[in-house]
Amino acid sequence: MRNPNEIVADALIAIQASPDLPALEQVKAGYLGKSGQLTELLKSLGAMPADERKTAGARINEAKQAVEAALKTRRDALQQAELDRQLAAETLDVTLPGRGLARGGVHPVSRTLTRIQALFRSIGFEVATGPEIETDFYNFTALNIPEDHPARAMHDTFYLQSGELLRTHTSPVQVRYMQTHRPPLRIIAPGRVYRCDSDVTHTPMFHQVEGLWVDESVSFADLKGVLADFMRNFFERDDLPVRFRPSFFPFTEPSAEMDIGCVMCGGAGCRVCSHTGWLEVLGCGMVHPNVFRHVDIDTERFVGFAFGLGVERLAMLRYGVDDLRLFFENDLRFLKQFN
Amino acid sequence: MQFSEAWLRSLVNPALDTPQLAHALTMAGLEVEALTPAAPPFNTVVVAEILAAEKHPDADRLRVCRVDVGEAAPVTIVCGAPNAAAGLKVPCARPGARLPGIEIKVAKVRGVESFGMLCSTKELGLEGAADGLMVLPADAPVGEDFRAWLNLDDTLITLKLTPNRADCLSLHGVAREVGAITGAEVRLPQIRETPARIHDTVPLHVAASGACPLYLGRVVRGIDAQAPTPRWMAERLERSGIRPLLAPVDITNYVLLELGQPMHAFALSRLSGGIEVRLARAGETLELLNGQTAELAPDMLVIADASGPVALAGIMGGQPTSVERVTVDVFLEAAFFAPTAIAGRARRLGLSTDSSHRFERGVDYAATRQAMERATQLLLDICGGQPGPIAEAVAGLPQREPITLRLARLKRVAGIELDADQVARGLSALGAQVERQGDCLAVMPPSFRFDLAIEEDLIEEAVRLFGYDNIPAQPPAAPSRMLPQDETMLADDVLRQMLVGLDYQEVITYSFVDPAWETALNADARPLPLANPIASQLSAMRTTLWGGLIETLRHNLNRQQERVRIFELGRVYASQVEQPMKLGGLAYGEVQPEQWGATARRIDFFDLKGDLERLFSHPLDSRRGAHPALHPGQCAELWTGGRAIGWIGALHPRLVQAFDLPAVPVLFELDSQALARRALPRHAALSRFPLVRRDLAFMLDIHTPAGELLAALREAASPQVRSIEVFDDYRGKGIGENQKSLAILVVMQDTERTLTDREVEDAVQKLIDAALRQCNASLRA
Repeated sequence: MRNPNEIVADALIAIQASPDLPALEQVKAGYLGKSGQLTELLKSLGAMPADERKTAGARINEAKQAVEAALKTRRDALQQAELDRQLAAETLDVTLPGRGLARGGVHPVSRTLTRIQALFRSIGFEVATGPEIETDFYNFTALNIPEDHPARAMHDTFYLQSGELLRTHTSPVQVRYMQTHRPPLRIIAPGRVYRCDSDVTHTPMFHQVEGLWVDESVSFADLKGVLADFMRNFFERDDLPVRFRPSFFPFTEPSAEMDIGCVMCGGAGCRVCSHTGWLEVLGCGMVHPNVFRHVDIDTERFVGFAFGLGVERLAMLRYGVDDLRLFFENDLRFLKQFN
Repeated sequence: MQFSEAWLRSLVNPALDTPQLAHALTMAGLEVEALTPAAPPFNTVVVAEILAAEKHPDADRLRVCRVDVGEAAPVTIVCGAPNAAAGLKVPCARPGARLPGIEIKVAKVRGVESFGMLCSTKELGLEGAADGLMVLPADAPVGEDFRAWLNLDDTLITLKLTPNRADCLSLHGVAREVGAITGAEVRLPQIRETPARIHDTVPLHVAASGACPLYLGRVVRGIDAQAPTPRWMAERLERSGIRPLLAPVDITNYVLLELGQPMHAFALSRLSGGIEVRLARAGETLELLNGQTAELAPDMLVIADASGPVALAGIMGGQPTSVERVTVDVFLEAAFFAPTAIAGRARRLGLSTDSSHRFERGVDYAATRQAMERATQLLLDICGGQPGPIAEAVAGLPQREPITLRLARLKRVAGIELDADQVARGLSALGAQVERQGDCLAVMPPSFRFDLAIEEDLIEEAVRLFGYDNIPAQPPAAPSRMLPQDETMLADDVLRQMLVGLDYQEVITYSFVDPAWETALNADARPLPLANPIASQLSAMRTTLWGGLIETLRHNLNRQQERVRIFELGRVYASQVEQPMKLGGLAYGEVQPEQWGATARRIDFFDLKGDLERLFSHPLDSRRGAHPALHPGQCAELWTGGRAIGWIGALHPRLVQAFDLPAVPVLFELDSQALARRALPRHAALSRFPLVRRDLAFMLDIHTPAGELLAALREAASPQVRSIEVFDDYRGKGIGENQKSLAILVVMQDTERTLTDREVEDAVQKLIDAALRQCNASLRA
């Protein structure tokens, strides 16, 4: 009988030398298969004398175990190597950019409008809309601006050849809404407005948001509270200074202009605030009784306040845009800055 | 409204510095738009006289001047100005003076020591010709400080007045307001009556007394119209932005600034017959002072004499009767024209005058006579002459009614309680007569406050004088009610975000467009024209969003942006009652941005259609149709809920060429409401039974739209059929020339049980029958 230890020694060399799993299986067959060397050795035990058979059997089994253990180790190693090869082959340059479409974006004016609407909705203002081609009645008369009133000259109205006009402010929505809804009511009306004016600081079309709150007890103090709250939240500046100055609008009385401390220079004075430290941001006031009369609201029972703000103005201040005209040139390089 | 701060302070002088005064005015509603120094800062400049000017020994262009600066001995100054000559009085900067940009020192100029600098207007930062030295009048006091002599330490205050505050369009008005808001004492000059010294009058007839309730006229004979306007008056006029011209005219302008009453002076010799105030007659014209010939309309008020209109009442005088240097006799006019009789007329004639600006807003009819007396007094003082009596025509002046101010109402509107006595004092300071009547104030507004007519007007005044800033800003208390949220309507903002996710950039384009573009896109379009457009390319209301989108494409192509995917959500305009909100889109260039891992391909119809289907989240009902702006073979009408809602297609090749585009954009436009409307989700039980899938290949005529076949199949489908979709469109080899093969995937499933082979075959057969019957489509062998 061949010495099992020698067979094991040969086997270990062959196992170690197997380059891959199929070769390893062949080596296994050569030692442990049907006619493998260790299998043959076991078969030869029958011809041995009984006293030698036991020790010889034990030695052969030990040899088998040694070979099997070596096979497993080698198999694991080969499998691991195989996996490593696969992983290496499948490795990507993950620093390359991803594939597919880009992403668009909303216009900065829309973005600003959305922000304004969200803030006012959060305290219960509903959004109302109205037509942009308006009648003289809704744009002027119902808002207490009679024919030939000097305030009409401030409006630079676009007229259609048919005699209708392009609304010069979003205030007509107030009137339309109050014609169809009874107080208490609380709305904002965003949209396009038009003035016959075009230069560095004016575009013939721009956006306003009108606001209206009518109830039995709303006051000038409430108006100040709501608008100061809005500006501070819009600019995310709790310490933003605000002030209200007397002004004139035919459809409100008392009327006010609201200024905020210049968000560009912090009030120190700069080109944007004309070195005053203040920025005029909106007009507001208590609804004029003549406006209520046009829509049959009892002026003794109800009081209201209204305001109108320029959206582009707020967008310019919020995002540092220094030229109003950029909003309507629609240069993609400009628009994508807001994506 | 611009004026000199020094003039204002001569009438009311609160203990506030200039910025404080400006702040007080602004916070009281008289917004100070600008504070401009009358002269830039400089110092140590005196009035000097050149005693002698001799050529510099070493420089041809320089002169050595001996200059009297008011000191014991003359000083030597080297000067390069060509007009330096003995006898001239000029400003002289002494050593140590700081001028805008220079500091003056004793210095040697080509070997001659010079003790200062003789100045031009430019060197002092003043307005006027820069050529040579600034020449001062012969009576200028030598040695006097130049700034003090010309009152240059003054500030020009510019107010941006709201149209309701006509009463502040005068120095007296502003002074009164400053008194009310600061409590400072107001001292207005005494205006004395000048008795007539001659009897001459011009007959007056006011035919339009509603438009002209008060007309005063006065003849002054024997004036010297060429008398120099006094320096103090010229200075106040100039600092109010009015150029001094001729003394009588300057005087009427001065009274306008001082009292707010526009006046006019006619050359008496040019008037024929009496004065009539009437409406213009059709066809009348008038040559105005500015040289313009106005075509008068029958609603324009005129001052006429026997020959016709001589002035446009309250707006501008006529050229032929204007006062000139040789005028000896004048007819002075001071009138109250009703705002409604003046408003709008000047604008229609393309005019805006100091006079019309005031009359449109309201002039104090109670001060008209005062203004006449003031002008007379100034005219006599400056130009001499003999005044006649004041002729007056008066009828139907406005009557003021007392207004009741309820203190409770004031509290309710303001939001806090204001002290009644303080309110009463404030209103009195504004010129009103105030009487306390229990819980109310009875207020008689002054004649100059045309804006005070109702209780709210007084509330505004009370709050204004109290100070808007002194009203607390309080968060309002209101019942908490939730806002309705319509779940079946997507908000505009959600639509926008969906498009953003599909790689579209939102644009906002003008609602008015070039009408030529509109008709190019649709020959039948009738865009509403603007009566007063700012430019021809912005002169008609858009009927489609595509014009703006194509213009935006061109703008960006010109800036090397080669891939453009844009949308706009906005209205188009058919009429006042029809202004529907549309969603329009345009895609141009590569499907995807240029990148390493994808094959480049230009966008086509189906890319855009796919984007729309993702927006709607279901397949679109699209039908072949013809749109004039779109490629006839690549154009579809979109339908939903039984109505057409828009179009999608490639731009017509003719328009691609007309708009000079290098390649074809694909466009869509649809009714945004139809897109936003969504059904409320409704859960249906999930099936536990297996899906059955059948693939059917139909042969049909190449011109039969897939949509027709799908519609026929869907209509014929048994309830178990879950979906029917196209998964291949094959034409070419192995198929007849005019045929195509559409491969259809049918998925079936029942919620109650497993479908039997028989049921499946029956359902499939129904589909095959319908395809044959309605589309002449047969199963491909």
